Amino acid sequence: MNPVEISSVKKYYGDIKAVDGVSFTVNKGEVFGLLGPNGAGKTTTIEIMEGLRKRDEGTVRVLGLDPWGNGYELHKKIGVIPQEFTFFEKASPREAVKYYADLFGVSVDPVEILKEVLLDDSANVLFENLSGGQKQKMGLALSLVNSPELLFLDEPTTGLDPNARRVIWEVIRGLQSKGKTIILTTHYLDEAQQLSDRVAIMDHGQIVAIGTSDEIIAEHGSGERLEIRGSKKLANYIKANTELKVDFEGKDLICIKLDQKIDALAALAAAEQSGLNWGEIQTRRDSLDDVFIKLVSGSMDEHGEIKAERSNSKSPNTGGKR
Amino acid sequence: MMPSAKRTLSDFRVFSRGYLRNKFGLFFGLIFPVILILIFGAIFSGNSSGKITVYTQNQDTGPFSSPQMNIAAQFVQTLNGTLPDGTRISDTWPIRVELVDSSVNFTKYLSDHSASDGILIPAGFSADYAAGQMVNVTVYGNPTSSTSGIVSGTVSGVANLFNLQRFGGSTVISISSATVNTEQTQYVDFLIPGLIGFSILVSPMFSLVNISSEYKKTKLFKQLSLTPLTKMEWLASKVLFYIFLSAVSFLLMVAVGIFAFGAHVTLTVWLIPFLVLGPMLFASLGMLVGTVTKNPETAGVIGNIVTFPMMFLAGTFFPISIMPQYLQSIAHIMPLYYIIEGLNAVMVYANYAQAVIDLAVVAAITAILFVAAAKVFKWRES
Repeated sequence: MNPVEISSVKKYYGDIKAVDGVSFTVNKGEVFGLLGPNGAGKTTTIEIMEGLRKRDEGTVRVLGLDPWGNGYELHKKIGVIPQEFTFFEKASPREAVKYYADLFGVSVDPVEILKEVLLDDSANVLFENLSGGQKQKMGLALSLVNSPELLFLDEPTTGLDPNARRVIWEVIRGLQSKGKTIILTTHYLDEAQQLSDRVAIMDHGQIVAIGTSDEIIAEHGSGERLEIRGSKKLANYIKANTELKVDFEGKDLICIKLDQKIDALAALAAAEQSGLNWGEIQTRRDSLDDVFIKLVSGSMDEHGEIKAERSNSKSPNTGGKR
Repeated sequence: MMPSAKRTLSDFRVFSRGYLRNKFGLFFGLIFPVILILIFGAIFSGNSSGKITVYTQNQDTGPFSSPQMNIAAQFVQTLNGTLPDGTRISDTWPIRVELVDSSVNFTKYLSDHSASDGILIPAGFSADYAAGQMVNVTVYGNPTSSTSGIVSGTVSGVANLFNLQRFGGSTVISISSATVNTEQTQYVDFLIPGLIGFSILVSPMFSLVNISSEYKKTKLFKQLSLTPLTKMEWLASKVLFYIFLSAVSFLLMVAVGIFAFGAHVTLTVWLIPFLVLGPMLFASLGMLVGTVTKNPETAGVIGNIVTFPMMFLAGTFFPISIMPQYLQSIAHIMPLYYIIEGLNAVMVYANYAQAVIDLAVVAAITAILFVAAAKVFKWRES
């Protein structure tokens, strides 16, 4: 039995289809990334799996349990960091871990757990005085108190600076190496790529692509292409003198689709023949970014964060804060 | 899922530790009510001269063969701190006699003037004294009043003086005491139950309005719902904490009232149900306000609208009886009114029949609010 099996799950808020028929399976021991822009339905999906939210339709089995009906049982077996994790301001990480241990009725060494999430150096600092990254680490620590096999991390690095994000990644990789199954939502592409064994790309409440990065690129990407720095004139020359599909992308960038490797030779021969100037050359495949933008009808900002560009103002673009 | 005392206590521990670390809460929970007692107590401990005014009726109107034979007048003069030969006894003489016309009904007069102390000198006092016959002076007092002991002590002192002077110590003038039904109490006696009510209201109410709306907003409730802690355990731990805090606050205020102002309050087990139900009532009410409102800002506003009128009109700082009738009617719909009235009934007036009624009202309101809060309050939304 797989840790998570969900099928045709729907959740509507009035007219808004927050989750609109989502199905996937998460395998034991893998890191599964739910990637999508804000408002794509990631948090609603993950909260349905955690038993924090009731689905309207579909079946959900998490560790063999129905999360909504058997939430109390399920919660003893899973670890969760909710989005924008927060805690009692006046409690320290050590006290928080002790508190959770009492609630779960387990005995743990707080320092041991805090070491695991690289927070043992701030074990006695009050929550209100922790940095953003340290707060997330404390969230991770709490999610580990009951030694869960399955972890849900809802945007664990949102709002953190690049260094803090990398530290969190390190912690997550550590958990992965211990064989824990992890479900992670993120709107950072690099995070999904860095951490996930498999990724599901969500948009408008639906999964638009699923698989390993390579599988997604192979399925939805446009294949290999040659890029040449050169003028529009050069682009036109190559187009006229070869059978190749040539696009001038502006800013002196010429893109040539390579159906086979040998096409590159023809393109370069034509360029040389033209007598025009040409600069840098490289061959490229679509990255996950390229595929993502194609699939999600959005774009990324300078931080690699996906911004949804939607004309549809009815879209549930509330940053997943429901 | 069985409710677990261990989880409740664990939550209690974390919450109380957080509370103690929060200077703001500590100030409002424990220090502020004490400051209020000190301020209001100081402002209104009115008769700063220290003399107790005692209404005295001298029914001995004579006739007297000579002014020297008017023993009753000398007795009154001595009660006022001056011996028959004209010497002052002491500058700190504790009572001041206010003579009442001999024709009025004295007990009615005392009650009309909300006086708790009075002295009645009977007709024929001088003649009986001169003849060596027993004569009785009646001292009116209220057992719950701090002044009564001083007055009766002073009167028997004066009576002894007269007995000694004339008959070598044989008792001619005897004292009998009578209870007045009017309840005149010091302001601070009444202020203590009022401010205990104030602290029972303010801490749990403001705190739970704030916590329940903030935790909802920051999703701390959601987070806690992912642990085995149940919402009833959580709520129980909060109620327990505020009962505990109210008890501490109660002891502090009573101690300050007694030691700083010589307040006269009765401490009995009757206080316990009020000190338990009160915090529970307002914790539930706060929870309710914080839960039904959309965000912490609205919760704060609604919380203030509910709390502030109660803070002033339910008998906290001054007695309801001095307010106009329409305000008194408003006070009667406030839960705090019944808590304070009950505390007064127990601590000041020893009026347990009244206390039972108040307790019943408080228990009913508490039950309704607690059930409503527990019902409305959700760990997770669907």
